[in-house]
Amino acid sequence: MKFPDFVCFKAVIPQLSATDRDGVIVELVTSLDKARKLGRGNREKITQAIIKREKEASTGIGKGVAVPHAKHPAIKNMVAVVGLNSGGIDFSSLDKQPVYSVILLVSPVDEPDKHLQAMENIFKHLQNEKFRKFLRQCQTSEQIEDLLREADENPSL
Amino acid sequence: MRMQTGHDSLEKVACETTVEIKNADGLHMRPAMQFVDVASRFVSDITVSNNENTVDGKSIMQMSMLAASCGTRLKIKAEGPDAQEALNVLRELVEDKHFDEPTPKEKKTQ
Repeated sequence: MKFPDFVCFKAVIPQLSATDRDGVIVELVTSLDKARKLGRGNREKITQAIIKREKEASTGIGKGVAVPHAKHPAIKNMVAVVGLNSGGIDFSSLDKQPVYSVILLVSPVDEPDKHLQAMENIFKHLQNEKFRKFLRQCQTSEQIEDLLREADENPSL
Repeated sequence: MRMQTGHDSLEKVACETTVEIKNADGLHMRPAMQFVDVASRFVSDITVSNNENTVDGKSIMQMSMLAASCGTRLKIKAEGPDAQEALNVLRELVEDKHFDEPTPKEKKTQ
């Protein structure tokens, strides 16, 4: 699975205003909601599901990236969004370092394999140091979209 | 450190086993973290392979990349003084405890 198959480019936020974990989750879910990707009236439920999941174990897995996510019965189609904060976000990361790039993913409950395939693509790229560096440096939505598309085309970047 | 390297290589044991993912949701991030937590308790090097990739069993980023769905078979390889014990415990986690998550059958009856 490739980024354009599940990332809503219209909703990406190149400079998040929030600097804390929950604030960033609210901002990104709200952006997906505005892009009409969540279905009516689901914004709050999904925000809470992602925060709850985050409290169980941080998805800030180190190296400046976090992948908050949740499966939710109200979600019909899997969708992800990217948000950046050059100042750093306190995400209670495993390595205790700030997070600069966030990829937030919401999935339906009944398609676990699709969720896994999206995660596979996300982590394949996040593992790449160059990709992480380029992502962090993006300043506009267009740059983020170009980078994600190009990373899929050319995995070595 | 130098002496230790020589010593270790003498008693280095390499073992491998194949396990099958049993929980319905597969190896998503939470189970991957459990796996990494358990693997990290051992000094042995631990790698995990599907058909395409071989990854470090102690790295959450690499383990999440495997995207192993329910029914997928993974090869776990351990190398070091506690290799056999590591494999036993990891097999138990994946196959017997199935990461404390429901199997497809259990999920249906929930």
